[in-house]
Amino acid sequence: MAKVVVVTSGKGGVGKTTSTAALGAALAQSGKRVALIDFDVGLRNLDLVMGAERRVVFDLVNVTQGVAKLSQALIRDKRLESLFLLPASQTRDKDALTEEGVASVIARLREKFDYVLCDSPAGIERGAQLAMRFADEAVIVTNPEVSSVRDSDRIIGLLDSKTLKAEQGESVTKHILVTRYDAARASRGEMLSIDDVLEILSTPLLGIIPESQGVLRASNVGSPVTLNEPTNAAARAYVDAARRLQGEDVPVVLPVEKRGLLNRLLGRRVA
Amino acid sequence: MSLFDLFKRRRSAPVARERLQVLLAYERKNRNQPDLVAVLREEIMAVIAKHVQVSQEDVRITMDRGDTTSTLEIDIHIPNASGAAAL
Repeated sequence: MAKVVVVTSGKGGVGKTTSTAALGAALAQSGKRVALIDFDVGLRNLDLVMGAERRVVFDLVNVTQGVAKLSQALIRDKRLESLFLLPASQTRDKDALTEEGVASVIARLREKFDYVLCDSPAGIERGAQLAMRFADEAVIVTNPEVSSVRDSDRIIGLLDSKTLKAEQGESVTKHILVTRYDAARASRGEMLSIDDVLEILSTPLLGIIPESQGVLRASNVGSPVTLNEPTNAAARAYVDAARRLQGEDVPVVLPVEKRGLLNRLLGRRVA
Repeated sequence: MSLFDLFKRRRSAPVARERLQVLLAYERKNRNQPDLVAVLREEIMAVIAKHVQVSQEDVRITMDRGDTTSTLEIDIHIPNASGAAAL
């Protein structure tokens, strides 16, 4: 029986899709069967980040409307055989998804997978609410920056009121994933610290993903960063976060800036 | 990252550029008309259904769009009539 995890944030551009791909791949690399669902109907991108954009035949809306079977729509990753993607529709509008349809798809995925990761669209409206509706757990992707933290707080409010678990008197287990963390700027006091973020949101930390050029390179080539550059600092942080998501006790280390010889010789630039 | 890595690593931006060009060319062309793959899929299924009874689960459709050519692969498992008759 799968655990259903929504990857959400409220704010756009903070790294939901990148994080869904990287966490999903890390879970699959540890032997779990993982399904990733793109809920961003009309503006799908998880297929592109996963490098499956040329292989999409059916999508989530097709499955909820009975045009395609779930097994036909799931795209198996070419690198990891236990990793699957259910793409969003690019041509429909966002109202094409119904709650009953999503409920049925998630119920069927629960039987076949260990983890179902739902990549939420930005915003707090219907699409975002459907993505979180059936979640057991939530990964709230947050940048150490004021508007992102504020939007994460809104999303936490929705997770505590609009999800099925909340309506049944239970609660969705919430985790904060801080992304685009810049150690140098944090040490100079120019960026909200991790403690600030966690204190404001009073939600436990799943991991800290350092700002890394490896993340951009990975999406350029269409491969989750944990697969594309396994030794990269961001990739290792995602692998640790995936282990924590599975309940392992992995200590969180603050990413420190590794400076190359050239940087050290030139000295630190004032930002 | 060492200097050595810089030389060793294939630059990723050209890969991104090429992937986007292929994808966007396809999406722009199809933006205001019915999805060709969807149309093909439905018509092919209708033709098959006219002659043999197959359930939807017995049909696997895969797609791989390339720059110049694409492949649409349709894999249909047709129930063996003689096997059924032997029962």
